[in-house]
Amino acid sequence: MGDTMFGDLASTRDGLRDVGYLADDGIASVVYLAEKLGKPVLIEGPAGTGKTELAKSVAAMTDARLIRLQCYEGLDEAKALYEWNYKKQLLRIQADRGSDANNEEWVDIQDDIFNDEFLLTRPLLEAITAEEKVVLLIDEVDRVEVETEALLLEILSEYQVSIPELGTIEATQIPLVFLTSNNTRELSEALKRRCLFLHIDYPQLEREKEIVLTKVEGISENLAEQIARIVRSIRQIELKKSPSVSETLDWARTLVLLGVESIDVEQAKESLNILLKYQSDIEKTAKELTVEA
Amino acid sequence: MLDLLSGFVVQLRNAGLPVSLTETIDAMQAVKHIPVEDREAFKYALAATLVKNEQHWKAFETVFEVYFSLRGPEYNVFDEDGEIDEDSLEEWMSQQMRGMGGQGSAEDMSPEEIAEMLFRALMNADEAMMAAMARAAVTQFAGMEPGRPVGGTYYLYRTLRNLDLDGMLERLMEEAQERSQDDMTPLQERLEREEYENRIEDLKREIEAEIRRRLVADRGVEAMAKTLRKPLPEDVDFMHASREDMVNIRKAIQPLTRKLAARLARKRKHKRRGPLDFRATVRQSLSYGGVPAEPRFRNPRPNKPELVVIADISGSVAAFARFTLHLVYALQNQFSKVRSFVFIDGIDEVTHLFQNEEDITNAVHRVNTEADVVWVDGHSDYGHAFGVFWEKYGSEINSKSTVMFLGDARNNYHSTNAWVVKETAKKARSVFWLNPEPKSYWDTGDSVITEYATHADGVFECRNLRQLEGFVDHLA
Repeated sequence: MGDTMFGDLASTRDGLRDVGYLADDGIASVVYLAEKLGKPVLIEGPAGTGKTELAKSVAAMTDARLIRLQCYEGLDEAKALYEWNYKKQLLRIQADRGSDANNEEWVDIQDDIFNDEFLLTRPLLEAITAEEKVVLLIDEVDRVEVETEALLLEILSEYQVSIPELGTIEATQIPLVFLTSNNTRELSEALKRRCLFLHIDYPQLEREKEIVLTKVEGISENLAEQIARIVRSIRQIELKKSPSVSETLDWARTLVLLGVESIDVEQAKESLNILLKYQSDIEKTAKELTVEA
Repeated sequence: MLDLLSGFVVQLRNAGLPVSLTETIDAMQAVKHIPVEDREAFKYALAATLVKNEQHWKAFETVFEVYFSLRGPEYNVFDEDGEIDEDSLEEWMSQQMRGMGGQGSAEDMSPEEIAEMLFRALMNADEAMMAAMARAAVTQFAGMEPGRPVGGTYYLYRTLRNLDLDGMLERLMEEAQERSQDDMTPLQERLEREEYENRIEDLKREIEAEIRRRLVADRGVEAMAKTLRKPLPEDVDFMHASREDMVNIRKAIQPLTRKLAARLARKRKHKRRGPLDFRATVRQSLSYGGVPAEPRFRNPRPNKPELVVIADISGSVAAFARFTLHLVYALQNQFSKVRSFVFIDGIDEVTHLFQNEEDITNAVHRVNTEADVVWVDGHSDYGHAFGVFWEKYGSEINSKSTVMFLGDARNNYHSTNAWVVKETAKKARSVFWLNPEPKSYWDTGDSVITEYATHADGVFECRNLRQLEGFVDHLA
């Protein structure tokens, strides 16, 4: 792999563009480096700025399978790495008893029931053992407890999984790994050190406009420009939750459906509930947009 | 390249960024894959490997700009200003001049000409032109002299004063009005204005960068890196936080309070078992012929922590109080039951002010105006405030409550009434005191922190986010 996947910086960016993801300089460089250095990428940023989307787009761009591990509080080894299929193991032992081969040594059975056949792979192990190209997405890693984070360390730095009964399973090929975090808590230093760090913020005006143009069908350039400007304006107001890119897109789609060509204050105010999720935010914004002049 | 990078890492560390050895090695690996002439990509490659916290980005950027601003020609990596090199700029400038009917280079331009060209550059969002004009403006107006020991802000101020950017904004708006045929709606006007404000911000940044470049040329990288060094967001002292700092601090408080809530609630969750369930044990013993071989336990009661916050909002801790109120507000969203009190020499409950207010600024405003905290003269009197607290609310503290005192314990030599803290500590689950003063000031002058501290479960110096985080971690 390597050079076949990503030629250089520019082609990385173009590749992402082809699958509908508009990367800025920072995003393109980090994705490119991640592949070159074989390092995981830790993506941070506000909700709805396209963190998960980036991993999906990279998978689409490289024709790789996307394996996703959604993190949540209480996630454990059995759900993330692997688990022994103990029901099947029990059956196997019982089947053995039934047969006349009573003289079979326990050691044999033990060898027998601890092999690949009885191993249930979970996302992390699956990503390591996969034959084809794989993009591993570990979503919202800040939701797991600090202790569970340690589970990831072996995978992220060595690309291997140690199973006591089987030994160490090493990756046949190095998967591209993306971790996303909404920064609800500080991640451990050990984890951060192993990753490239990428912070995705709300996009600049130009880029947001472009995103709207590519993602929303049948939108005019003029409307996209207006939308981007209004959204930027709203983000400057101090709100509980600023509108994210995905909400901008929803808003744009709604306006297109309504057949709006150019937004005036009334229309903006009426459709604010798509852009903002808190009643207090909506009221505040509506007030700001009318009073200011 | 090796020396260059390790020098850069040293500068980052000086600025307080934690950069480990492995990260340095990663950075060296990374830049191998980046075409050296691509300055932006170079910057992002370094940032991705060396900076692992978004809050540190600004510090990183400053160090980067300073450190690499002049490294260009020497290492043949960059031009002095990133894109345009000196000669072609001169050429381009003189072309522009000829186009305007003027002659000569940027140095000879009159202030009016500069203003005019800037106006046009801003109008058309012409970035190259803006950069060029920023250079010209700095040359013309800043009056920079080699070796003069003044900071960059002085030059920046001089340049901006001469450019009169506010007037520029008005002119731009007028021009925009004229360009649009119909009258602009208020919304359009607002959007236009923001667009131009944005461009002017860009211009300011450009000017600042230009001044910085020249200063670096004059004084050298190390000296400049030192003068531009600012404390990282987590080290900013609450007492001296600027507006911008407060915004950062407020953002950082949210996750901290969530953590605090989790810590206080968790303590007992780990213990899987509750107390012995006698009935169930006897019942279970029947299957063993009456021998209680297997004890049964009750399910643990879920722990619902109650928080009582008592905050000093007097003048001596005014800046800290601002932070305190934000902290209280954030806590209120995390805990099922929070009661907040504020005091100066009188004490008042402000729980309801925070509860019904969606907006933190309003809430803080209401606390400052509506809370009845002045008893005699509006100078801190911890003793009286605590006395009243105990009388009115003392009975409501129970074994589930965690009590947090926030204040500097500067009591203006009044009586301390430390017994209130003692009694509170007896009844409450735990009592903590956060003090915004440096430890070395404690118990000096009218500070009586130790008298209170002896009764509390812990007293913490809490001057910046790092210390606040330390406190939250301590609870685990």
